[in-house]
Amino acid sequence: MSVPVTIRLQQDDFDLATESARLTGADTSIGAVVSFVGRCRGEEDGHDIATLNLEHYPGMAEAEIARHVEDALTRWPLKGVTVIHRYGRIAPGDNIVLVLTASSHRQAAFAAAEFLMDYLKTRAPFWKSDERASGDRNWIDARDTDDDAAARWDSAAN
Amino acid sequence: MKVLYFAWVRERIGKAEETVEPPAAVRTVGELIAWLASRGEEYAHAFERPQVIRAAIDQTHVRADTAIAGAREIALFPPMTGG
Repeated sequence: MSVPVTIRLQQDDFDLATESARLTGADTSIGAVVSFVGRCRGEEDGHDIATLNLEHYPGMAEAEIARHVEDALTRWPLKGVTVIHRYGRIAPGDNIVLVLTASSHRQAAFAAAEFLMDYLKTRAPFWKSDERASGDRNWIDARDTDDDAAARWDSAAN
Repeated sequence: MKVLYFAWVRERIGKAEETVEPPAAVRTVGELIAWLASRGEEYAHAFERPQVIRAAIDQTHVRADTAIAGAREIALFPPMTGG
């Protein structure tokens, strides 16, 4: 009995309700679905953002996300996982990433969603640049706090 | 071997990928970065802070001390900012 896993990279937007229904299907043993939606901010470090551009490493991005989903499945009793990450041009207020985790009880679903997001931030090969109202382009710097967030799972007991 | 560049590493070098033949003395990812940095101004600019450069061999993350022997595809890029 394998757990349903969906991993998609796409330019287009996604719909949370559609993806959630697709994940759970008719499985009545699922008692908890946790969703995380990452959105594009309209302001970054005090600058107004006109557009965010997301570059990725095709092939490795899917493989790296799949590795972390596999890891999550060994750590928590999950009943399904969906990860959708957009690439290309994204406007403020638009969705960037969706993580859905399903489980019988909420603890596993909450923990697994947070684990997956922490690793997506620091290990999945995506790079954001922004275009500002002034026309300037700027690569967004990685945050130490994201590294710290991912590192705490390395030492956490299963 | 094929080398891929992403984000500002790609922009500074001015190409997304190329095939290189490093000398036999270049054995690790870190040594490859140092050798590439010596190939011209744009490479020196891309790799001016080698400690921040991340690498993947055949689409798996590796450290700077990883051997490059047998690699088909080596990617060099800045710290990731997805999610």
